[in-house]
Amino acid sequence: TSVQCDWCVAFPWFGMDIGGTLVKLVYFEPKDITAEEEQEEVENLKSIRRYLTSNIAYGTTGIRDVHLELQDLTLCGRKGNLHFIRFPTHDLPVFLQMGRNKHFSSLHTTLCATGGGAYKFENDFRTMADLQLHKLDELDCLVRGVLYIDSVMSSGPSECYYFENPTDPDHCVQKPYLLENPYPLLLVNIGSGVSILAVYSENNYKRVTGTSLGGGTFLGLCCLLTGCSTFEEALEMASEGESTRVDKLVRDIYGGDYERFGLPGWAVASSFGNMMSKEKRESVSKEDLARATLVTITNNIGSITRMCALNENIERVVFVGNFLRVNTLSMKLLAYAMDYWSKGQLKALFLRHEGYFGAVGALLELLHPS
Amino acid sequence: MAECGRVDSHTMDKSITLPPDEIFRNLENAKRFAIDIGGSLTKLAYYSTVKHKVAKVRSFDHSTKEAASDKLYEISVQEEVTARLHFIKFENAYIETCLDFIKDHLVNTETKVIKATGGGAHKFKVLIERKLGLKVDKEDEMSCLIKGCNFVLKNIPHEAFVYAKHADSEFRFQTTDPDIFPYLLVNIGSGVSIAKVESEDKFERIGGSSIGGGTFWGLGALLTKTKRFDELLQLASKGQHSSVDMLVKDIYGGSYGYLGLTGDLIASSFGKSATADKEFSKEDMAKSLLHMISNDIGQLACLYARLHNLSRVYFGGFFIRGHPLTMHTITYSINFFTKGEVQALFLRHEGYLGAIGAFLKGAEEDNPNQYSWGENYAGSSGLMSVSPDMYPMQRARSGTFDMLEMDRLDRQLVNLPLLQEPSSYIPDTVDLTEDAPAREYWLFCFEDALDGVVKRAVASQPDMPEAAVRAEKFRQKYRHKLQTLRYQPFAYGSLTVRSLLDTREHCLNEFNFPDPYSKIKERENDVALKYYQKVVKSLEELSWEDRQFALVRGVLAGNVFDWGAKAVSDVLESDPEFGFEQAKRQLEDNSGVDIILGVMPLVRELLSRGTEVVLASNSGPALNDVTNGELQILTERIAAMDPVIQSGLRDDRLTLVQNGSSSPCLDLSRLDKALAMVVRERKTDLVIIEGMGRAIHTNYFATLSCESLKLAVIKNSWLADRLGGKLFSVVFKYEVPAGKPSQEAAVLTP
Repeated sequence: TSVQCDWCVAFPWFGMDIGGTLVKLVYFEPKDITAEEEQEEVENLKSIRRYLTSNIAYGTTGIRDVHLELQDLTLCGRKGNLHFIRFPTHDLPVFLQMGRNKHFSSLHTTLCATGGGAYKFENDFRTMADLQLHKLDELDCLVRGVLYIDSVMSSGPSECYYFENPTDPDHCVQKPYLLENPYPLLLVNIGSGVSILAVYSENNYKRVTGTSLGGGTFLGLCCLLTGCSTFEEALEMASEGESTRVDKLVRDIYGGDYERFGLPGWAVASSFGNMMSKEKRESVSKEDLARATLVTITNNIGSITRMCALNENIERVVFVGNFLRVNTLSMKLLAYAMDYWSKGQLKALFLRHEGYFGAVGALLELLHPS
Repeated sequence: MAECGRVDSHTMDKSITLPPDEIFRNLENAKRFAIDIGGSLTKLAYYSTVKHKVAKVRSFDHSTKEAASDKLYEISVQEEVTARLHFIKFENAYIETCLDFIKDHLVNTETKVIKATGGGAHKFKVLIERKLGLKVDKEDEMSCLIKGCNFVLKNIPHEAFVYAKHADSEFRFQTTDPDIFPYLLVNIGSGVSIAKVESEDKFERIGGSSIGGGTFWGLGALLTKTKRFDELLQLASKGQHSSVDMLVKDIYGGSYGYLGLTGDLIASSFGKSATADKEFSKEDMAKSLLHMISNDIGQLACLYARLHNLSRVYFGGFFIRGHPLTMHTITYSINFFTKGEVQALFLRHEGYLGAIGAFLKGAEEDNPNQYSWGENYAGSSGLMSVSPDMYPMQRARSGTFDMLEMDRLDRQLVNLPLLQEPSSYIPDTVDLTEDAPAREYWLFCFEDALDGVVKRAVASQPDMPEAAVRAEKFRQKYRHKLQTLRYQPFAYGSLTVRSLLDTREHCLNEFNFPDPYSKIKERENDVALKYYQKVVKSLEELSWEDRQFALVRGVLAGNVFDWGAKAVSDVLESDPEFGFEQAKRQLEDNSGVDIILGVMPLVRELLSRGTEVVLASNSGPALNDVTNGELQILTERIAAMDPVIQSGLRDDRLTLVQNGSSSPCLDLSRLDKALAMVVRERKTDLVIIEGMGRAIHTNYFATLSCESLKLAVIKNSWLADRLGGKLFSVVFKYEVPAGKPSQEAAVLTP
């Protein structure tokens, strides 16, 4: 028999993070439901559970990241699986319509939501789906989510990892990292934009800075430059392109290294610098442009992060956010940049659940209000 | 990266003919060339010598007094050779024409090498070597920039400014801290280089970014199909970035109150363009791109400034190049990221830094850094705005030749050691750049006085028949300057009465009118000398207290005799009988003319009570102000009649020093080094500044670390109104530095 607690919040347990581009949803599926419970369970609740857990795609744009699912998790005394679902923010009305159709509001649950959309769409939740949102700060949720996911023992692959030999492409391999004593930590969340936080303890963190050059910029520019329309498409193109045809490198200007200032010839001197020339504009491919965009945005995040790490005197950097989803290219670039420009002082770390920490934090807030 | 790649190659334009009087002046004596070739502009530098006329005074031999009795001293106009630096900026399209022109006019055969820097130096190397027959010697761009930057910061007051788009004056010129180091230089070329400069010889490239001007240009060209950098900026100036960028309010519906992020803040640059089914306007995309890049550079600059604990951050490079739009976005970004703690600073001669630096590297044997240099307002075109809508005086951008000329000054200039806070000292009382009504008035005033100045200039050279032609050229030049300043008051830094006066002096010198007042001054001095003993005698008959008042009235009455003042010259020209008696009545006193009857008796009184006196006067002529050369002679003459002055000179208790200035106004941060040394050695504890130019137009608010007395008569009715008084009101401002109460205060304050 499972350990139960009567003070626990009623099911369903959701955590939601409504960002500028994506809505991230985490759903806890209890696996320890007793027969007695099953009998009492209302039909709506069952139908929601069945719908979410038996599908991996919802509508045309909703996706469940099955590989991220955390099984046999104990949350608030209940055992179950944690599911990770995402869909584009512009499809939120579809989601709300579905909630209305499934009479979600009859469950009298509190929906904990974070991200800007929790504020922007609060009214839509009320009017379209008769749902009252419990709004939470996104950075509070992010920090809480990261620290929680990292702490839970899971049978799957290690949550935290890094790249060994980041400066040697042939021997650069992903390795698990044990984030035992994580503080202080620089947490870089790359969503549509970027936020950089210095985390000193579970309850002590500050937002150091942020930049508007983030995942949204990569996708936005790629759409304009190549005519693509999805992140996956843009990444696919980038993986096939060559940024050095687009960017002006140090060696393009100095013929080699700029020794006086210790700049290697391969370093980018001017992003898109070759595109000042008409002939070169005509000779590059869409793939080259996509790759250059990716490299530009990634390196810039790397630079700002490195400066923040120096200013805050922190050596460990954890990169999260959906920009890094299926984006090994950027992760390796970040790992390289951190290592190279800091002469090995800085370590770039990554987390498997990339963009879901805000949603996890929202769920935790539902179960353990802080 | 500072390097700016040469891109769309414009065809060489050979159709223009260069006006030799205006561009590449003084080429015949030119030596030590340097060239900085950027992505679209070429900057050429050379060192030249200029012959110009100077007025010298020479004392007659007084042992044969009878023979020379009708002349006080001899005035002779002599030729003097001075060093001048020329910097010319033009579009790369004219490079061939310019090189041909230089070759045709260059006489000096000693020149063998031309120093070169900038991204285009490599590309044009062969052309330069072929055309000029000079060997191209490449210099590192970053070190040239920094050398140039140090040079302009040290030698040009009002070099740096803060840009404020919506302020009355967009350009807020900064007072230059005498210690210019350390600072951060952010050079935005095709990429960005950030250097920390700690001293003349010590700098370090501490970082940079690949997102720079080349990114704006390259990415902008891809997005908008617009080829030229300036056109991209034009597009950006008309765009709305909010249709392309995802703002905080697009995500939150409003502001992100918890973090204090306002709704209009950009959360994700180009965040709204992540769609295939929407068209975006070129203008909007260009604007969004400009914001993205400016913000990014501003953020990095702030992070570096914080890491290295620097508060002075200068921006330069082709991305800035005086473009109001980029200066605005960079300024905005710096304000945002530092919460106003760091100000973005720009430089008036930013475009010349590389050329100046390359030049200095090639001119080390002339020791240019051992001298003080001054911007020649007559030969420099000043800061041009690139926004033709705002400034109708702006010439068409293509074919523009911009010039900077700097004169080597005879004396090395330093701060007055007694300045309370040298870093915040502002010489000028009213900044006409910010005060529109005052600007209006003074520009009118100077234009109105121009006829008189021309007339006097001609009259000062009765033996030279071509003086009238030169005077006419002077009139045209100065009038043009005044017109330029009407539309671009910021052209030479803060516009002030001083700068207007100095510009006039520079223009007069340019056309060989070194001292239009020399004859008038001589006449005046002659008359005054005759009265000297009488004045001294009548003063001695007074009681001590009465005498002090009489002395002060004497100084002030003498001060009325300033021929440059409009009110006085109006009265004099309408009523030739007005003069000495009239001045006496205005002040109800019986003193004499300026220096001899006003200042000398005061000097005498001070010497008599055992005070040491340092008498500082102008190094060069300005209006009817006495020059050090004249004063030497006058003092000798007075000493011959007055034992007090004589013993003062003999015992070294009266010292005559030149102040290093040739202006009717006085900048206490640029004084002759020798004067500063005397001030320090003699432990000067009282400074008396006399006259409207030196005590009202300038230094009225100057605070000194010792007692000071500022004396003047307001001889201008507009200024009198402004200050809330009447014409011919007296300013008698005695100040004691805080914490140093003086017993004399009660005695000297009327």
